[in-house]
Amino acid sequence: MRLMSMNTNTKRDGTTSRARGMVRAAWRGLVLAVVSLPLSVLCLALSLLSIALVPVGIGLVTTPWVLTGVRAFADWRRVLSAEWGGVRIPPAYRPVPEDANPWTRTFTLLRDPAVLRDLRWLPVDMTAGFVTALLPAVLVLYPLEGFALAAGLWRTMAGGPYAEYGPYWYGFVPVDDQVSALGAGALGAVLLVVAHRYAVSAFQAHFRLTRAVLGSNQTELAERVRVLTETRRDAVDTSAAELRRIERDLHDGAQARLVAMGMDLGTVEALIEKDPAKARELLARTRQSSAEALTELRELVRGIHPPVLAERGLGDAVRALALRLPVTTEVNVELPGRAEAPVESAAYFAVSEVLTNAVKHSGADRLWVDLHHADGHLRVTVGDNGKGGAVVGAGSGLAGVERRLGTFDGVLAVSSPAGGPTMVTMEIPCALS
Amino acid sequence: MRVVLAEDLFLLRDGLVRLLEAHDFEIAAAVESGPELARALAEREPDVAVVDVRLPPTHTDEGLQCALEARRRRPGLPVLVLSQHVEQLYARELLADGSGGVGYLLKDRVFDAEQFVDAVRRVARGGTAMDPQVIQQLLARQSGGDRPLARLTPREREVLELMAQGRTNAAIAGRLVVTERAIAKHTANIFAKLGLEVSDDDNRRVLAVLAYLDHGR
Repeated sequence: MRLMSMNTNTKRDGTTSRARGMVRAAWRGLVLAVVSLPLSVLCLALSLLSIALVPVGIGLVTTPWVLTGVRAFADWRRVLSAEWGGVRIPPAYRPVPEDANPWTRTFTLLRDPAVLRDLRWLPVDMTAGFVTALLPAVLVLYPLEGFALAAGLWRTMAGGPYAEYGPYWYGFVPVDDQVSALGAGALGAVLLVVAHRYAVSAFQAHFRLTRAVLGSNQTELAERVRVLTETRRDAVDTSAAELRRIERDLHDGAQARLVAMGMDLGTVEALIEKDPAKARELLARTRQSSAEALTELRELVRGIHPPVLAERGLGDAVRALALRLPVTTEVNVELPGRAEAPVESAAYFAVSEVLTNAVKHSGADRLWVDLHHADGHLRVTVGDNGKGGAVVGAGSGLAGVERRLGTFDGVLAVSSPAGGPTMVTMEIPCALS
Repeated sequence: MRVVLAEDLFLLRDGLVRLLEAHDFEIAAAVESGPELARALAEREPDVAVVDVRLPPTHTDEGLQCALEARRRRPGLPVLVLSQHVEQLYARELLADGSGGVGYLLKDRVFDAEQFVDAVRRVARGGTAMDPQVIQQLLARQSGGDRPLARLTPREREVLELMAQGRTNAAIAGRLVVTERAIAKHTANIFAKLGLEVSDDDNRRVLAVLAYLDHGR
């Protein structure tokens, strides 16, 4: 029993708070509609006038002022959206240089997508925005008229001198006597129930509409942020792994050899008088160690940044790489300049990985590489006449290449039908210098 | 014998000067940058130039470009190029004019003073000195499948390797501890198997072998 009464209480509380929400939405919507309609019209008119006056010069002075006003109006609506509707619309204006001249100021503003969105939003706000803001108020106030009709107002509206104009229409109910007035009252009651249920969400719809027009393209940005986060993590992971590998190689290789050489030289010092023959033998060994240390360092350097890449750029580095492969590789380069060093390096290691893959797995006896730059993209194509079947899968070298290129917004496409041939295309957006 | 030396690292330049002077070379100029090298090569008319590939101000392949340019102006100017790494690509460019008097060695080769000085002398005389690493890369590329190179005996391969580095029959014989006659016989076999024309001229022979290894014919 107690439980039931509690339930009833909760339900009553819910109904009460919903009724309060309904009234609040109606009131706020009414204020919003009434205040913002003239402001929207004013803002749009002034903006259009000011922009139209740009060619004669006056617009250059007025436009920044007007657009700043529009922005203040839009900002006020952003605040209301957050406070009244819980809909956040983050502003995304580009900064305008403080000391810019009117010309720059005007055109920086007019080129800003956020400012253009403001201007596009104004006509929407004065039409659809106005209607959606007003809707809760209508839903709440209109039933009151229905009740008033039922209570006797019908006599004034449809009786007496008005009778000759036909019935008074309340919604779709023609009111001309007490019975039909009660019908209007019933419709009013139904509308009130609808208002009670939907007034708040109708008001919400207004803010969602505002966000749709005024807000920046959130989904696109969110996607971009996701991609950037992912590629940044990959880049950090890759470089951390590279550093670990280099550290290990130095530690186990060159560093260890230098320690051994130092030790041997110490022994040579001690032996040089006592046992010159033994000392000479140790010296020969030390020289051998130093040569081996150098070889290791050279390989390490090649793995970090190939010397030919530093000396000659991507084209010749790939040519030199091709000459080291056991399979005949044709290299075709059409690059009128050099890309930035990080891009060159990424492209080089990508080509290197793809070629190595081809040599290892394709069974091809001919490879070819084509490098060229078009439409702001460096495009690299690597092909072979092998047996095909290459996939970009987890753990494959190609997945690593894709990750590496991702850091530079580069993409990788593999065409490798079973039976071959395989063609790997990579594209990195970049400018040549 | 007059040498122009270009190397940007002071320690190495100093060491090379000392090493060459100790072996009766005269250092006409020891410079540390590309423009200085170009000037020295034009003004000092050396018998041989020893040049580091990477030089200031660009720290790219400035030394190599200077050497190639000097050889275009004075064909056959003996040039020995040193580098921290060897690339077949660069070797090909150095050998492209086919006139000899070219050396291309890893810097590590200065560890063995005798061999290094021998290489400088050989280049100065118009011979060739190719780094063993370059030759190994070339051999590795040409040895696959049923290529003629695969038909060489291990001994012949050894001889071919040393020959491609630019060594004379006498030097190869000394190195492998056999008679010069034996080497001459190996050489004849190698040339027959590769289908190359036998030449008595040591230098022409080396260039033919290198061209064969580089292009497979």
